[in-house]
Amino acid sequence: MPALALGFADPVRDSQAAFKALMWAMAQPGDVVPLDTRLAPPAPLTPEMAASALALIDYETPVWLDPALAAAPETADFLRFHTGAPLTGDPAAARFALVADPAALPAFDSFAQGEPDYPDRSTTLILAVERFDAAPLVLEGPGIKGWRGFGAHPLPADFAARLAANRALFPLGLDLILTAPGAVAALPRSVRLQDEG
Amino acid sequence: MYVAVKGGETAIRNAHALLAETRRGDPAVPEIGIDQIAGQLTLAVDRVMSEGSLYDRPLAALAIKQARGDLIEAIFLVRAFRTTLPRFGYCLPVDTARMRVERRISATYKDMPGGQVLGPTFDYTHRLLDPSLAGGGAAPAEPARAPLPDDAGAGIAAMPRVTDILDGEGLIEPAPASGEDPRDLTREPLSFPADRPLRLQNLARGDEGFLLALGYSTQRGYARTHPFVGEVRFGEVEVELFVEELGFAVPLGAVSVTECQMVNQFKGSAEVPPQFTRGYGFAFGQSERKAMSMALVDRALRFAELGEEKSAPAQDEEFVLSHSDNVQATGFVEHLKLPHYVDFQAELELVRRMRAEHGDALPQTTQEAAE
Amino acid sequence: MNAQTPTPQAESRQAEARQAETRQAKTPAGMPAITYNFAYLDEQTKRMIRRAILKAIAIPGYQVPFASREMPMPYGWGTGGVQVTAAILGPDDVLKVIDQGSDDTTNAVAIRGFFETTAGVATTTRTQDATIIQTRHRIPEGALQAGQVLVYQVPIPEPLRFLEPRETETRKLHGLADYGLMHVKLYEDIARHGHIATTYAYPVEVAGRYVMDPSPIPKFDNPKMDDSPALQLFGAGREKRIYAIPPHTKVVPLDFEDHPFRVQHFAKPCALCGAHGVYLDEVILDDRGGRMFVCSDTDYCNTRQAEGHTGEMSAPAPEAAE
Repeated sequence: MPALALGFADPVRDSQAAFKALMWAMAQPGDVVPLDTRLAPPAPLTPEMAASALALIDYETPVWLDPALAAAPETADFLRFHTGAPLTGDPAAARFALVADPAALPAFDSFAQGEPDYPDRSTTLILAVERFDAAPLVLEGPGIKGWRGFGAHPLPADFAARLAANRALFPLGLDLILTAPGAVAALPRSVRLQDEG
Repeated sequence: MYVAVKGGETAIRNAHALLAETRRGDPAVPEIGIDQIAGQLTLAVDRVMSEGSLYDRPLAALAIKQARGDLIEAIFLVRAFRTTLPRFGYCLPVDTARMRVERRISATYKDMPGGQVLGPTFDYTHRLLDPSLAGGGAAPAEPARAPLPDDAGAGIAAMPRVTDILDGEGLIEPAPASGEDPRDLTREPLSFPADRPLRLQNLARGDEGFLLALGYSTQRGYARTHPFVGEVRFGEVEVELFVEELGFAVPLGAVSVTECQMVNQFKGSAEVPPQFTRGYGFAFGQSERKAMSMALVDRALRFAELGEEKSAPAQDEEFVLSHSDNVQATGFVEHLKLPHYVDFQAELELVRRMRAEHGDALPQTTQEAAE
Repeated sequence: MNAQTPTPQAESRQAEARQAETRQAKTPAGMPAITYNFAYLDEQTKRMIRRAILKAIAIPGYQVPFASREMPMPYGWGTGGVQVTAAILGPDDVLKVIDQGSDDTTNAVAIRGFFETTAGVATTTRTQDATIIQTRHRIPEGALQAGQVLVYQVPIPEPLRFLEPRETETRKLHGLADYGLMHVKLYEDIARHGHIATTYAYPVEVAGRYVMDPSPIPKFDNPKMDDSPALQLFGAGREKRIYAIPPHTKVVPLDFEDHPFRVQHFAKPCALCGAHGVYLDEVILDDRGGRMFVCSDTDYCNTRQAEGHTGEMSAPAPEAAE
């Protein structure tokens, strides 16, 4: 068995840095926020996804891994050792879902959507994408002055329709964190897609 | 010319220096030691450990000294320290049937296996001030002690819990069991409705005075529960932690605790036959008033599962649990000492304006503008 | 574009070394050694608070329950704000703490000192130099900037609490967006007094959904919450709630068409810096009704005075210009 990859070199500082990038990403939907990590987690975990996970998950947060991550046992070993988080096979029971293959992202309604009295009890998805660009989505809503262009690859073909359906559930719904090499962005449930035309 | 008030930092430093000086008192009088507090003000230490939710006698004694004897302030100091401690895990439930008993009384039976053990108690003392204590006189007479059962197994046989005796006859409801691990009040915010484990956690760290008053109110007819003290016992119990790597439980040490099992008359309901029901109280150290009050309130809060009517404050879960914590309560009451002049200014302006509208000819210093 | 994302810097090592020294408290014989974490809270507690902050940002105006810890200052004295600040604070941050608009009020001094001691961070009184501003009861007068975080200390986060004391009920009302009670209350004011009699902690609607308590700021400050470039975080320690307003979010005070929301307007300018259109404290000068009005935001007032602005109670001009 290969040696376990290291976690944060400086847990206090590195967690704070990762969280701060995530906080600003969430507060400014679609904005691409730099995230510098010094992690080398086992594939298909990416450094940015691993940093997001180490900053947010622990023994209080059940985590669901997508089939791509679940197929690589080193991934589960890494997360279990560094976070103590219980892994769950039930996406609806997960506080966080890690998705290394975003093109095969399961249907949104398979995850926890929150409850009317407690909309915060919903799953946060953490996706690893290859890159961001400023198209084709045009975002509006809290955290966005006017509008903001956003795109990421790869994503499911019906991603825009899923986002719109997610917004329609507000205040219920999923919050998405997207990670790419050197950066993170977020699409909280509050984000709206600008009408075409 | 007007110079704005400044120097908050200096003023605070001075206030703290004054506090330290006042705490010390007359330097000609020897300073009180932590060991003296821990050894001679034991009930104060017990209360601070209970409501501070931290079993550590020297630290509780230090807190009492630092707090100038203000027990709520001492509890607060201990709680704030507790926040910083890492959590290794949860101990196994302590078994009070195996307690090394120092005191054990029952009001429901004249005698029972193990008998009544009065132990160190104020009960039956005449509350007459004792001038001989003032002078630091002779050492107290050596009390006679019954030999304690020295092994835990013998302890159970020798001194079974009164509720277990009743249970054997089927006269008392079975101890309500829950299949799952209780949630942890200190790790997740309280949400309503709260189950009994959560309620008991809340009451265990709740303010003794608040619980005393609520418990008292149930005796006076505000949610009457017909209580009998099945048993109050005080002594040491073992604390054990199950260690995954070892595959067995290891003893961490012993803690001194008080347990009160209240036995309440119950007429029965559509689903439940007539039987006795339970109210439970538990506290660190010798804290009988606290444990008994807690047991009364616990029973009152169980009204819904027993099909009783809700009619009184002690049954109101949101009211009781939201206001039982003296650290929360004292903070919010005392925060009224903080400056509120921004809000007061807004209210001043409103009162002046409303008085002006009322016909008084007070000078108007401000007015409202449409935003 | 983000100026807040910290980059690893060598100085932080020194800060941590300093930190380690201050953490090692003196312990007399017989006492266990007492050590404290960076910014007091342990890492698990910070993660728990950080998760709540992310959900709060994602659901603007919704109160996220969190497992508030006991802090070394009393409940009601800013424990919620302190926990939020402790969870977001990094070694590169510059912290400003105000109470009633002032950096020099006792509680502001105490909280600033707490973070200087436990986190070793830089502090400032200048609004524009701060990355994090923790506040009680005011929003600074000067415009906040993108990248700044305003952390509010909140005593009672539930705007419906005084209309309905039960959490089980208010939670349902929020779930249903049923804010009729609040409108009835405000309208009763109008019926009785001719206008709304709420002057502080004036409820707002956030992003068209949740009605939110803005903390006990004077309603004068409410308009500053709308479309602010800063991130606004709210922490209620005793009540165990965190909520948020992301930057550039619509925040509207509740009102009625025939009784629009109005803010206080002071008839006179600040007696020290001459500022108009700012919130003023009333200072009693004698026991014969003598009083004056000065800026509640001390940094704003001091900056103006340094720039040479004067008011009717100012020192003679040459001194003020220095």
